[in-house]
Amino acid sequence: MTNFIIIMLSAVFINNYVLSRFLGICPFLGVSKKLNQAAGMSVAVIFVMLMATAVTWPIQTYLLDPNNLGYLQTIVFILVIAALVQLVEIILKRYIPSLHKSLGVYLPLITTNCAVLGVTILNIDEGYTFAESMVNSLGSGLGFFLAMVMFAGVRSRLEGADIPKAFQGLPITLVAASITSLSFLGFSGVIENLFA
Amino acid sequence: MNKRQNLLKGIIKENPVLVLILGTCPTLAVSTSVSSALGMGAAAAIVLLCSNIVISALRKVIPDTVRIPCYIVLIAGFVTMVQMLVKAFAPALDESLGIYLPLIVVNCIILGRAEMYANKNKVIDSAIDALGMGAGFTLALLLMATIREVFGSGTWMGIQIPVLAQNNISIMTMAPGGFLVFGILIAVVNKISGGKNAKKNFGCAGCPSAEICGKTSCEEKEEEV
Repeated sequence: MTNFIIIMLSAVFINNYVLSRFLGICPFLGVSKKLNQAAGMSVAVIFVMLMATAVTWPIQTYLLDPNNLGYLQTIVFILVIAALVQLVEIILKRYIPSLHKSLGVYLPLITTNCAVLGVTILNIDEGYTFAESMVNSLGSGLGFFLAMVMFAGVRSRLEGADIPKAFQGLPITLVAASITSLSFLGFSGVIENLFA
Repeated sequence: MNKRQNLLKGIIKENPVLVLILGTCPTLAVSTSVSSALGMGAAAAIVLLCSNIVISALRKVIPDTVRIPCYIVLIAGFVTMVQMLVKAFAPALDESLGIYLPLIVVNCIILGRAEMYANKNKVIDSAIDALGMGAGFTLALLLMATIREVFGSGTWMGIQIPVLAQNNISIMTMAPGGFLVFGILIAVVNKISGGKNAKKNFGCAGCPSAEICGKTSCEEKEEEV
């Protein structure tokens, strides 16, 4: 049980996907302007990460590894994720239109999101079991959610600020991201001491 | 546009990282040291060159409606090849790039050039475009990595720099330093280009995946709000 808590907490705080691993920077900078968009996007990411892990882990363990096809990992994973996202979108559209309305627009964006491919590959690289992989994916997704929602708050404060001309737009956003990421550095070392 | 301009535009005028703002994830992640930045730049440039040539050669064969999945499969194939070559001949580089090597598949520069250039132009032009863009990506990475490594660890390609080695600012090699250096570099580019890019907002319009997700889903969403 402690093992799961450690994986979860380090995925959310210490190895935060956006702020310390630099995965999923595009949606982090592009869709974090408004709080409800940021939250919608993050929920869609959590959902796809969990689905993708649930599908790719068994494929790697029971299909690719026993047949010595480990080198096909990259191709197989990206195709599976792309197909999965399409499938989920079609199913949501047909059966749960209300959910499709709030999450649907973000789903196609996620196909080429490096955070989703990243989490599935990292689960294999770290040698996690199926349960550990699912916990890691959930933690990574929650970490993404936390970073997005926090950063949407930071950006809303930037709107009224008087910014030098050259820094307007993306540069000041990156500097703000730097300071947000600095605050997450404070978590390093906390988890080890907590369970020492 | 002649061939020379085509080659040079990727390096300065349309630099993929600093002007088009594509491929931000690998730029931020591997620019902690000059050697891994060079390795990443070379790996991505090789994949870009191969994918641009093949996609351009097949542009009349691939049906328009399923072109994006086709491109992704082609790119993933080349990435796997590069991955195997790096594992076999440069294991140290494989170690330092880690997860970012397979993630070249989702690097927007490669899909972006396929979508914006290779599927409309001849093979030779596409190859030149890929060389220019690859060089632009590598040079931008090199610039970022130089700043971060010199100030962060006081070395350059492992060579010690006298005063800085004793007084390094270690935050530069950590995550916040990456965001900070990138932000300031883009501000400098904005200043030099006379604020032409300053107005351009980072969002869905500039993203090559915009085509896949129905072009304007972000903007539509924004209007709704």
